Amino acid sequence: MHALKVTGLHKTYRGGHVALRGIDLEVEEGDFFALLGSNGAGKSTAIGIVSSLVTKSGGRVLVFGHDLDREPEEVRRCIGLVPQEFNFNQWEPVEEIVINQAGYYGIPRREARARAERMLRQLELWDRRRTQARELSGGLKRRLMIARALVHEPRLLILDEPTAGVDIEIRRSMWAFLQELNRNGATIILTTHYLEEAESLCRNIAIINHGCIVERSRMSELLNRLHVETFVLNLAARLAAAPNLPGYEARLLDPVTLEVRVNRDQGLNRLFELLTEQDVEVVSLRNKQNRLEQIFIGMIDDAREGARAP
Amino acid sequence: MSRWRRYRIAFETLLIKEVLRFVRIWIQTVLPAAITTALYFIIFGTLIGGRIGEMDGYPYIDFIVPGLILMAVITNSYSNVVSSFFSAKYQRHVEELLISPVPNWVILAGYVGGGMARGVVVGVAVTLVSLLFTEVRVHSYMLTLVVFVLTSVLFALGGFINAVYANSFDDISIVPTFVLTPLTYLGGVFYSIDMLPTLWQNVSLANPVLYMINAFRFGILGVSDIDPRLAVLVILLFIAGLTAFALSLLSRGVGIKN
Ligand SMILES: Nc1ncnc2c1ncn2[C@@H]1O[C@H](COP(=O)(O)OP(=O)(O)O)[C@@H](O)[C@H]1O
Ligand SMILES: [Mg+2]
Repeated sequence: MHALKVTGLHKTYRGGHVALRGIDLEVEEGDFFALLGSNGAGKSTAIGIVSSLVTKSGGRVLVFGHDLDREPEEVRRCIGLVPQEFNFNQWEPVEEIVINQAGYYGIPRREARARAERMLRQLELWDRRRTQARELSGGLKRRLMIARALVHEPRLLILDEPTAGVDIEIRRSMWAFLQELNRNGATIILTTHYLEEAESLCRNIAIINHGCIVERSRMSELLNRLHVETFVLNLAARLAAAPNLPGYEARLLDPVTLEVRVNRDQGLNRLFELLTEQDVEVVSLRNKQNRLEQIFIGMIDDAREGARAP
Repeated sequence: MSRWRRYRIAFETLLIKEVLRFVRIWIQTVLPAAITTALYFIIFGTLIGGRIGEMDGYPYIDFIVPGLILMAVITNSYSNVVSSFFSAKYQRHVEELLISPVPNWVILAGYVGGGMARGVVVGVAVTLVSLLFTEVRVHSYMLTLVVFVLTSVLFALGGFINAVYANSFDDISIVPTFVLTPLTYLGGVFYSIDMLPTLWQNVSLANPVLYMINAFRFGILGVSDIDPRLAVLVILLFIAGLTAFALSLLSRGVGIKN
């Protein structure tokens, strides 16, 4: 069963800005899934539509088989959301925020109290339960949003950039918490623009760029591809066939152009040794960037800008 | 769990939250109305009222009691919902409701219920204050209660719609200042429309607040410028219209969804 199945999702904001251009996405039950993309790619818009915060312009959303258009309440019951921006009542005490959220899902007050206590203890917020939300630090606010999202025990937890602006220690403890949750059966989708975060947590990923899904694969597979660099070599003399280069993947694009894929840990010395042995003379060499790398470079720039911002 | 039980719990949660909100800040929400009313009684009732004499056959102070109570109910029901829902939009915690399986009519009922509760609490506080200045003998408890409750529901709905459209804190004071206050003051709180020239009597009849104040006055004193049954009917029609309008705003996500 798919925890989430999205087809042909479109979103045009009022004012005409097109944020999503027909997105297809499938997330298996039990998965730990990352939606990667740079700032403005459309991650929050997609998440917003799935969690009923944004109205879609077109397409279909199924959550555990429930259609968002026909059974919106069933869909909402399945989902817990940790939004990108803090969105609780700043003046409300921590405990009440969680208890009230439980109430909206129909959990009776007594039970809601018990659950709120459990969640707040787990997230180390219990001592601060009477504190008004606005007095919490950024990291604690994030954790409060996680407690609130989990109080109705959703089957699908969606986190929109949960670790943005959270220091490294809290980030690691949050990762551990999410992994534990996933081991206990919850499906988790998170958006991030840190490749590192997706790498340490997620099994499957999709990359979204300018409102389109440009990549959908297993994390391990993606990493393999990212660890390979492709070089294009211009040769002095024409070759009839690619030279024999054990350990490297090479193909002749034309008689004087050779393309070689090199693992990042292999290095180029051995390649040139092999070429020299076979009397292949290289005139020039350039690094061929793949589309995926370009996207990631964009994301890394974003992340740097984010880190610089106050 | 049955769907209705789920809705009931969601409604109660919202209602408790809304009531706690204004009770916690009672100095801002309940006390001012009591103080203002006491001042009205002192100035218009005791000091000036003595010179005015009777109105519609009652001492002036008794004549203005119903209007002053209802005025407090109107202002407070309205402002409770407009500020609470606007702040939910502004701080974005309205999203807590949007992502939950709470139908729109439960959201509306919760906020309106909160506004009604504030109207009732303040109305009772003002009534208690008025007992310090005069005796209030109630002509018809039934009618008094019906008008009291329906009026608070109606203005709570008005406050909700105002909050949906509001984009700034200015927007939530425009309607109370430029619409609500004039309608109430010109709705016959302080005078009987019999005193007005015919033209202005007819203009006054277009003011819905006039019907409420008069029906309420009839409930308490037994005198009214208009038929109280007509008044109740007018209030009910307004409630039905505003409810339908508020629900359509919610289902279109006006002001709360992109
Ligand atoms: N409420 C809105 N109105 C108009 N445009 C918006 C709105 N929210 C987001 N956008 C635009 O839609 C695009 C996608 O935004 P978003 O989904 O927030 O991206 P991400 O979460 O990946 O950073 C951006 O270009 C953004 O400017
Ligand atoms: Mg975002």
